[in-house]
Amino acid sequence: MFYRENGQFKTSYKADQQAFAIPQDRWAIVAIVVFAFIGVPLLVDEYMFRAILVPFLILTLAALGVNILVGYCGQITLGAGASMAVGAYAAYNFMVRIDGMPALAAILLGGLMAAAAGIVFGIPSLRVRGLYLAVATLASQFFWDWAFLRIKWFTNNSSSGSVSVADINLFGWTINSPTDKYLFCLGVLVVFSVMAKNLLRGNMGRQWMAIRDMDVAATVIGIRPMYAKLTAFAVSSFYLGVAGALWGFVNLGSWEPAAFSIDRSLQLLFMVIIGGLGAISGSFFGAAFIVILPIFLNQTLPLVGSLLGLDVSIALVSHVEFIIFGSLIVFFLIVEPHGIARLWATGREKLRLWPFPH
Amino acid sequence: MAFFLETLLGGLMSGMLYSLVALGFVLIFKASGVFNFAQGAMVLFAALAMARFSEWIPGWLGMDNLFLANVLAFAVAVVVMFVVAWLIERLALRYLVNQEGATLLMATLGIAYVLDGVGQTIFGSDIYKIDVGMPKEPVMMLESVFEGGILINKEDFIAALIAALLVISLSIFFQKTATGRALRAVADDHQAAQSIGIPLDRIWVIVWCVAGITALVAGIIWGSKLGVQFSLSTIALRALPVVILGGLTSVPGAIIGGLIIGVGEKLSEVYLGPYVGGGIEIWFAYMLALVFLLFRPQGLFGEKIIDRV
Repeated sequence: MFYRENGQFKTSYKADQQAFAIPQDRWAIVAIVVFAFIGVPLLVDEYMFRAILVPFLILTLAALGVNILVGYCGQITLGAGASMAVGAYAAYNFMVRIDGMPALAAILLGGLMAAAAGIVFGIPSLRVRGLYLAVATLASQFFWDWAFLRIKWFTNNSSSGSVSVADINLFGWTINSPTDKYLFCLGVLVVFSVMAKNLLRGNMGRQWMAIRDMDVAATVIGIRPMYAKLTAFAVSSFYLGVAGALWGFVNLGSWEPAAFSIDRSLQLLFMVIIGGLGAISGSFFGAAFIVILPIFLNQTLPLVGSLLGLDVSIALVSHVEFIIFGSLIVFFLIVEPHGIARLWATGREKLRLWPFPH
Repeated sequence: MAFFLETLLGGLMSGMLYSLVALGFVLIFKASGVFNFAQGAMVLFAALAMARFSEWIPGWLGMDNLFLANVLAFAVAVVVMFVVAWLIERLALRYLVNQEGATLLMATLGIAYVLDGVGQTIFGSDIYKIDVGMPKEPVMMLESVFEGGILINKEDFIAALIAALLVISLSIFFQKTATGRALRAVADDHQAAQSIGIPLDRIWVIVWCVAGITALVAGIIWGSKLGVQFSLSTIALRALPVVILGGLTSVPGAIIGGLIIGVGEKLSEVYLGPYVGGGIEIWFAYMLALVFLLFRPQGLFGEKIIDRV
């Protein structure tokens, strides 16, 4: 009833090809963005910003990057955390080594460095694919883990091995309160999401999808696999690099290589698979699920334990968290292997007909 | 020269252990097309079960015989791994038939989380030791050939022997028994195997069970060397280059790949490591595997990849 496109006639190619062709979608997106910028800061307390919203935004950005590569170009990667690390450490080095470097520029340059590294470690994708490629991308994960731990130059010879940056100053706006951080990350995420949306329905995105669906067939219709695969690696790593720089600069402030370990890569892959491969909204759903679930479990398990009259130790809570997290993931994969985005799409189809049966 | 040989032998021995873990991957991938990321968690789980039962059983039965306790603990651990295999098939895998590789990979990651959690809840999360009476003292060999001879760790040597024995018995099991034939048939073609009456679900339980037992043996060997602790589950990551080097579908590939990776790791760490700051063995194995992959994308012994549109 509310979500029907009957009677909406498109009279120009422009109207037919816009990003959100249905006005309800368009207005809903605008409303959500406006609410996120204006409504949320009024409603939410600091803890929410720090523990949930800022990590959620940054990891969504990273999940977008992974989704571009895995969901749209079909190249499974387990090296996403490494790309984030390259972005973070490159941005750090730009900040430290060049006087008066604007933080935003450093973050973007970090992203570019990550893109360059991504291209190099994407080269195996030209020869191998599928699970072999997944394992091959682990090479980049372990290589960069090692490099940032052992090569002192990257950490500016810091003795503890951890690096830290001052608050970001953006054209005179110092980002230090949780609300500022939230707004900054939200701004970056909105810009990058719009970019991704447009990239994916353009020439490049179509090439990626052709490669994903059947790379031999794509070659036959004149798509260069090398160009398509490497651009996918580059763009995806750029997103991941920017996300990594934000994670270091905004969320953590000071960090060690362990912040971008293999667990991070797996977590990002979880996000896109649970959220939905090949759907931008999937990155948002997946990131929300993966960020909120552990916090939720952490908060509720001791409560449940005390209700049952059990003495729940911290170690037990973390183990039970593991168990529930793992079984929920298996459960989700069994129930909806195409992710939450598919659930949402099905719901939307239902909504179009509602309240009529046909 | 003696030093080189020593390094080489050390590499071969640790390579044998990698093969053991890699074998678990290959068995499951061949039979069910699942890339089992939970193999590491299974190693940890099995080792924890072994370590704790060998501690508990003497208390329960009131006996004081180390050998008997270990045998009993091993038997119980085998049963535990069988139950785990059965549960995994029953609760997860059977619903995930015909899903994409990436989805299955993620599902096994979920299983790995569950196994880690359950294992540590039941068996505790401290560092435990497994004492199966492995000799610890090193021996000198070939003293007549080289001056000073070469030093070999007896423990490593026995571990490599056990691993080799297990590999041989597994190959006999696969080649000579009816179940082994059924397993190979399933690996070849699920539908064809099903159509001649091979029960898929039972085969999967058997495969996971066999993988569980290799995990148990690997867990015991590594556990008695390093102690049973959470980091044991990361040895699966060390064995991954072995799998892609040897080919995901090849048992001999897993063995030879393991040896190559083991030797490559040790030699690189000893001869290359000092120039770049050490600790390179973790990624060097991957790089080695990558270079191989560039020339043979299907791995050393994998089936040739043929693309059709």
